[in-house]
Amino acid sequence: MSLAPLRGIGANKINTMGHNLLTICYLIGSITFILGLKMLSNPATARKGNLVAAFGMTVAILGTIFLYRNEETHAHLHNFLWIFGGLLIGGIIGTLSAKKVKMTSMPEMVSLFNGMGGACAALISLVEFNHISKEVAASEISMSLISISVFRPTVLIIVIGLIIGSVSFAGSMIAWGKLNGKVKDYSFTGQNVFNLILLAIAIGAATYLVIDPTQTYLLYCILGLALVYGILFVMPIGGADMPVVISLLNSFTGVAAACGGFLYNNKVMLTGGILVGAAGTLLTILMCKAMNRSLVNVLVGSFGGSKNTAAGAGTTDQGTYKEISLSDAAMVMSYANKVMIVPGYGLAVAQAQHTCHELEKILTEKGVEVKYAIHPVAGRMPGHMNVLLAEADVSYDVLLEMEQANDEFKTTDVVLILGANDVVNPAAKNDPASPIYGMPILEVEQAKNVIVNKRSMKPGYAGIENDLFFQPKTSMLFGDAKKVLQDLCAEVKAI
Amino acid sequence: MHSLLQWITNNQQIIYIVILMVFVGIEVIGRVPSVLHTPLMSGANAIHGVVIIGAIIVMGKAETDNYLAITLGFLAVILGTINVVGGFVVTDRMLEMFKKKK
Repeated sequence: MSLAPLRGIGANKINTMGHNLLTICYLIGSITFILGLKMLSNPATARKGNLVAAFGMTVAILGTIFLYRNEETHAHLHNFLWIFGGLLIGGIIGTLSAKKVKMTSMPEMVSLFNGMGGACAALISLVEFNHISKEVAASEISMSLISISVFRPTVLIIVIGLIIGSVSFAGSMIAWGKLNGKVKDYSFTGQNVFNLILLAIAIGAATYLVIDPTQTYLLYCILGLALVYGILFVMPIGGADMPVVISLLNSFTGVAAACGGFLYNNKVMLTGGILVGAAGTLLTILMCKAMNRSLVNVLVGSFGGSKNTAAGAGTTDQGTYKEISLSDAAMVMSYANKVMIVPGYGLAVAQAQHTCHELEKILTEKGVEVKYAIHPVAGRMPGHMNVLLAEADVSYDVLLEMEQANDEFKTTDVVLILGANDVVNPAAKNDPASPIYGMPILEVEQAKNVIVNKRSMKPGYAGIENDLFFQPKTSMLFGDAKKVLQDLCAEVKAI
Repeated sequence: MHSLLQWITNNQQIIYIVILMVFVGIEVIGRVPSVLHTPLMSGANAIHGVVIIGAIIVMGKAETDNYLAITLGFLAVILGTINVVGGFVVTDRMLEMFKKKK
């Protein structure tokens, strides 16, 4: 029986050397997780923190494989071939995909890995339920003294792990698909209500299963409902909000892992899972704050890409925009005193961070002061732009955060916007009907000139028009960010 | 009601851990600058890969003739490992870029 942990005190303790060592391994694991997270939240120690946590994880995993003993039968683990086979395959896939992924696709990678963790938790729940349903059946037949109620807490934990793990898996897969453009926004009227009903049914079924654990089929209904809920939950949320969703699903998976900790009375799973659950929730809220929106607002989604009601109507006949030629743009920039570059997702997709740095160097040589204005949610994830520009060796000193940048736009001659859209949309300040109203933006319209590089006039991720593009001081420079930047470099050099 | 109270008493250690960890988790990352949001999320993502330990236990306990448990457990070990290994490697790659500056 695997019920010892939940029956608590009654279980006889194992007091062997190996078991004590395992306790130490888990202790090391838990401490390194806390330490690792702490170090990860400081730029100076972040990388070391990651390694510290990885070290603790390795100790905990190896300890489990070699030292773990079943609390009741005292049996060591077996099936080593399978275990090592799984570790090897997973390790190779994990390393290769993590090494090969482009810096620009990091967000989807994180989402994908998160989904794997969620699926892992859900699978554990499935196996453990099968295990326990056999025991339930056995106890019914033998009419033993153990009543069904003994199994209830365990079943409850299993079901919670299953629901959260499946939602996290399905949701992460959709988030992954959205970020790499394979899945489009999709919503239907009353979807929020439908989702809530779906969730309510799942919880109802779960409650019934806990009360009567012999209803095995319910487990599969719950699994199905949770998967569908996960899909529908993420579907209507716009791509711009994906980071928040991934962060939330990340903390879900943490809680699912903690359920495993409950199930096996395993302290390292418990601490690690709850730690991530709590930290992930806070991180989600911090990200929402960076966009000046509430979590509810993100989830219930006024952003949904297909809902272009108020925003579309007000801005359709905005008039015309003007284009600028490459040589003119180069001219304006080389004779400016101060140029502010606003990088956005367009820069990321075009992999143009190095060329961007190149242009910065050329301009700086000509005596132009070049700085970068980084919106906290530019790109697809908070900090995305910092990571990209850091990859291209751009110095930290010229990266301005939003508040600093907004102070400096007044004294800026030229703002060069590279594939950013929603984060510079003045509608966030001026138009209460706009879905992004209230989001803090980079106030680029305070600068003397604004040059916008985009691939086309298509709206950004929030799916709304941008008045900025139609203002007299704005000129458009169409084309792929990398190509345009290369040409700009050449033009500026020639001047 | 009684059984619930009994259950809480029996599992008080775990409940204490949960409560304390919630506060530790919040406290520990409370001051993170927005630059580090992405790497931190990725690092936390790797840490919840600790669920792999559950997968290993499932796998290691499965009777050799229980093919369902073995198949699902094997799959769980693979997925969990991808989460852990991939998560840490990706985080390291992100942070590597921050470090180049002197």
